[in-house]
Amino acid sequence: MTQIVTANRLIDGIVVFQDETGGWSEDFAHAAAHEDAAAALARAAEDVAASLVVDPYAIEVELRNGHYAPKALREAIRAAGPTVRRDLGKQAEGLAPLHAAHAPTEAPHVSL
Amino acid sequence: MYRYDEFDAAFVAARVGQFRDQVGRRLAGELTEDQFRPHRLMNGLYLQLHSYMLRIAVPYGTLNARQMRKLAEIARKYDRGYGHFTTRQNLQFNWPALKDVPDILAELASVEMHAIQTSGNCIRNVTADHYAGVAADELADPRPFAEILRQWSSLHPEFSFLPRKFKIAVNGAPHDRAVIQAHDIGLQIVRNDHGELGFAVYVGGGLGRTPFIGRKVRDFLPQRDLLAYSEAILRVYNLEGRRDNKFKARIKILLHEKGLDALRDAVEAEFAARGGASLELPAEEVKRIAAYFAPPPLAPRVATNERVERRRGKDAQFAKFFESNVVAHKVLGYAIVTVSLKPIGGVPGDASADQMDAVADLAEDYSQNELRVSHEQNLILPYVALDDLTAVYDRLASVGLATPNAGLISDIIACPGLDYCALATARSIPIAQRLSERFGDGARARAIGPLKIKISGCINACGHHHVGHIGILGLERAGEETYQITLGGSGDETASIGQIIGPGFSSETVVGAVETIVDTYMARRSGPGETFLDAYRRLGPAPFKDALYNRNAGADI
Repeated sequence: MTQIVTANRLIDGIVVFQDETGGWSEDFAHAAAHEDAAAALARAAEDVAASLVVDPYAIEVELRNGHYAPKALREAIRAAGPTVRRDLGKQAEGLAPLHAAHAPTEAPHVSL
Repeated sequence: MYRYDEFDAAFVAARVGQFRDQVGRRLAGELTEDQFRPHRLMNGLYLQLHSYMLRIAVPYGTLNARQMRKLAEIARKYDRGYGHFTTRQNLQFNWPALKDVPDILAELASVEMHAIQTSGNCIRNVTADHYAGVAADELADPRPFAEILRQWSSLHPEFSFLPRKFKIAVNGAPHDRAVIQAHDIGLQIVRNDHGELGFAVYVGGGLGRTPFIGRKVRDFLPQRDLLAYSEAILRVYNLEGRRDNKFKARIKILLHEKGLDALRDAVEAEFAARGGASLELPAEEVKRIAAYFAPPPLAPRVATNERVERRRGKDAQFAKFFESNVVAHKVLGYAIVTVSLKPIGGVPGDASADQMDAVADLAEDYSQNELRVSHEQNLILPYVALDDLTAVYDRLASVGLATPNAGLISDIIACPGLDYCALATARSIPIAQRLSERFGDGARARAIGPLKIKISGCINACGHHHVGHIGILGLERAGEETYQITLGGSGDETASIGQIIGPGFSSETVVGAVETIVDTYMARRSGPGETFLDAYRRLGPAPFKDALYNRNAGADI
């Protein structure tokens, strides 16, 4: 089971993903994938203690066309932005996962 | 409307200062998230799916043009240019940065607004009929009492850490537009045999995972005892409500487990023990507060306005708007205008900053500088002269706010759902959008008549689905969104909890299922005068079940 670690940045609440260096990126593409996320979560806990991020947790991802994407709908929406407002969130800034299962290419009000 | 006195102003300013200090210490690492969370929640600040979310109180849904403009300004300056009006008559911003929230609260304080007690296990924003003070059928304006309750419950030391949140609603007309029977305390203004005004008191209503309709504990509570009796209810709840299980902590569960008679006895005993005298509400104080809500001096005008009638004759869209969004006012020649925040295919309850400004301008120009937020996620202009109605309509239409669907099938309540909410299990907004596109606001919607669809994206029921004539609850099953339908719910004076009609539907099939339900109603109703709710209550679930799940049985419809 492949996982990445995500959290919200303390100062503004924006969703961030832990990268290979243990730093935090707004861009899902920079997220580091782990088969065992325990060490990454321990590292994230240090950043919680340092008041950089809040509520870190690991989410399950899967490869689609060579790119990781969140498996769960909730995480896909969290990593992209509201499906009903495509002008908002990471999808509007080019920071959303590529090839998400719940494709952001659909019309905003079309159910998935 | 109510204006802050020196105590209110000092209290709100002090809270802004406290929160600024708390945020500063949090960002400096002096407070942990566990230490900080209760403080931010006490100030209406949640951490949601994409970002923080700030919930701002609009006491009993009343606000003026200046306040609405401030909300628009905050939306532009600190958020993403829009806000979301909620079923508690509040406003939520979906993207504020923690570092900016103290400044936002200071800006709100400058127009006598705040976000205190919009979260946490305390007494939440007191809600009221959105037609308060202007409805033709009203006995008395509920807002002075809602305001008195607001003042009494703000930072009440005994009731700041209740077992769970506590919601109070007040309604002043025989027709319940405030869903009082789905509240922890519901107050219905009534008149007794001596002609005195008081309250019928309902306790233990609530939606969420275990829905209950409130039970009446008093047929008539004199006005002077409003606070003493409320205190007695809160005190019994505070002592006996369950703190061991979050899901059983609301007063509705206490009532259910203890029984109505035992709870009533405990409340009456507490009330009697205190004698009521220490908290008696002086008539002069009621009068003083009521003066803030005194109706503006409107001279009655002719009941039928020529300009309106001419426009109705030649403009079908305006005629539709007049039919559904304009309601009789208690002063002849005036109207209550509903500004629908349910554009066809749009997001229920959302308003852009430009739209907020436009409505603020209209309130100032044509509605005595006053606006209302309804629990149905619409805005209300409460004092529009019929003479001005065409001008108001044209200006609303120019900013996309003249959707003629108030009270119709496309006037749907929907919580933010999985598009925004960290607790949601499925999306609600896209279902509302597709339903409104399916039924629209034209001839079909009008033939269907009054029909309330309410959608929640999880069991917590912020979208009031239990009291929707058609309720939709979004759940997650094996990674897929699935939608459970309930029928026959109602939030009015005949309140009832909807019954689950059968197995749930996928997001692909749920809109079609609602259409089948509506078609069944249209085929089976006794005539156009029989509403969906009346027809369901007469017919029961069987024909709807048959139509949904058994093609043969439904084929004769």
